[in-house]
Amino acid sequence: MTALETHLPVLQVVVPLLVAPLVALLQPRGLAWAAATAASATSFLVAVQLALGVLAGHVFRYALGGWPAPYGIALEVDAFGALLLLILTGASTVALAAGKASLDRQIESHRQPLFFSAWLLALAGLAGILVTADAFNIFVFMEISSLASYVLVAGGPDRRALPAVFKYLIMGTVGATFYLIGVGLIYMMTGTLNLNDMELRIHEVADQRPILVAAGFITIGLALKAAVFPLHVWLPNAYTYAPHAVTVFLAACATKVSLYVLLRFDFFVFQGNLLGHDAQFAAFLMPLAVLAILVGSAVALFENNIKRLLAYSSVAQIGYIMLGASLVTVLGLTAGLLHMFNHALSKGALFLAVMCLSTRLPGLHLADLAGAARRMPWTMAALVVAGLSLIGVPGTAGFISKWYLISAALQEGMLGYLLVVVIVLGSLMAVAYIWRIVEAAWFRTAPAGEGAEQAGEAPLGMLVMTWVAALANVWFGLVTKVPRELSANAATILLGHLP
Amino acid sequence: MEFLGLYHYWVFVVLLMIGFYAVVAKVNLIKKLIGLSIFQSAVFLLYITMSKVSGGTAPIFSEKITGVLYSNPLPQVLILTAIVVGISTTALGLGIVVRIKEEYGTTEEHEIQEIDRR
Repeated sequence: MTALETHLPVLQVVVPLLVAPLVALLQPRGLAWAAATAASATSFLVAVQLALGVLAGHVFRYALGGWPAPYGIALEVDAFGALLLLILTGASTVALAAGKASLDRQIESHRQPLFFSAWLLALAGLAGILVTADAFNIFVFMEISSLASYVLVAGGPDRRALPAVFKYLIMGTVGATFYLIGVGLIYMMTGTLNLNDMELRIHEVADQRPILVAAGFITIGLALKAAVFPLHVWLPNAYTYAPHAVTVFLAACATKVSLYVLLRFDFFVFQGNLLGHDAQFAAFLMPLAVLAILVGSAVALFENNIKRLLAYSSVAQIGYIMLGASLVTVLGLTAGLLHMFNHALSKGALFLAVMCLSTRLPGLHLADLAGAARRMPWTMAALVVAGLSLIGVPGTAGFISKWYLISAALQEGMLGYLLVVVIVLGSLMAVAYIWRIVEAAWFRTAPAGEGAEQAGEAPLGMLVMTWVAALANVWFGLVTKVPRELSANAATILLGHLP
Repeated sequence: MEFLGLYHYWVFVVLLMIGFYAVVAKVNLIKKLIGLSIFQSAVFLLYITMSKVSGGTAPIFSEKITGVLYSNPLPQVLILTAIVVGISTTALGLGIVVRIKEEYGTTEEHEIQEIDRR
């Protein structure tokens, strides 16, 4: 490894964190956006380097400040972290690159430098969660990213974002504090905060009650942050009223980063050590996952605001990820992790298309879409491609993870058949709610008058990025090697303790 | 006497529940934030409590002093960070409440919902 390569994990945090205060000082119009996008793109390149290294068999370890592992703060990037870093930095870069025109409309120009500064802080915090191997460090990064994303969500012109973000703040803080209690109890029993060290030492005290309480607090706290049903109530409004570019960014990765910590703890730290933990984990989360898929999809069927519709669809998709994880098999977990990647692709592309629509339409209700297909054919075509991927049509990324999920479920015997029925039902409902958008855009005629003058496509840059994301759905539906190998490796690492 | 001997943990649990109750049950946004602060302070107490070693003293290392029992300094350092996080959260929360008051003219949750429904 070259000198630069050893520093890659820390660069993932340092680049956005250092650029953030600089961006806040860049007053002239457009410069702040350019700097933020450049920093985000640099992070993406670093993430690609890390993913390539991980695929070649490395695990990146980094001792911050040169303090050796159990005492100092250690950074560690394995296949799981690398997969999520790709999603995170990719989503941030695409959302920034595509979102300029939309953000110019929604954020006043004198507030833009601070807004982009908050964006980079959110990116740095989320990346920090993914690279660190220290339980308390995760809490600090979690709060950096949360505080920054509250600012991002509240940044838009819609005043309904404010109550939504207040709810998000309350529930997010309760979740993070639960996590803090759990970490405190584990530290009390093991005397360590390093995850690898914790995994070794927790074995001796695994039957003690504080450890069990800690497992409960950590699981619930992170489920709250990850919007696992029925703890998802903060999500729909926060996604709906946030600035459109922020929705693209957060919908693609924010909840998944919390899921990452949840799975890290439950599988890596607790799984091998706590007696009967796998059965409890499955019995607790599988019913919630099934409910999330059914209820989330059903609510989406009746929503009239497109962003809310897609937000409820996200609740259902988190259900698919949890369903894969709650099977507690390597194949099931692979399916769940793969779905994290593929859902980020499809939901990111869908929200990008929605952002394109928002630049030309008076509102984002289904009724506003009437005739949109004729006026914005390229945008609507991209939306359909991403929608097909969300449904799981063969040839798109969504199909791959649903296929894995169904194969994993079929290993479970009778229960598996029921789960397959749930997965198919959820997909059918996805067909129905995507169809509602298509129906509104293609088969309803635009009201004569004011709508007609606004004819035209979205700004070119935004449209190009939307198509890049839509085509990525097709690309990763046909060439599945990279996400598949990363997910499979990550699942093996997480379940390494199982016989 | 085990019950009384663990009194600091009971303080932690009671404070935690008082805070949590306020967060869930109060409809005024500022009261919710007060509850959130109590909730977080309870966790600070948990960390401070666990760092105490019976008969332990301040962890100041010196060549001249030997054979002394030290209290664990790490949880205090951790909680210093958590206090900073807590203050930032409260400040941001209050900032949002100010904006809500400007936009909606109220800080009562049900009145805001009423206005949004119209």
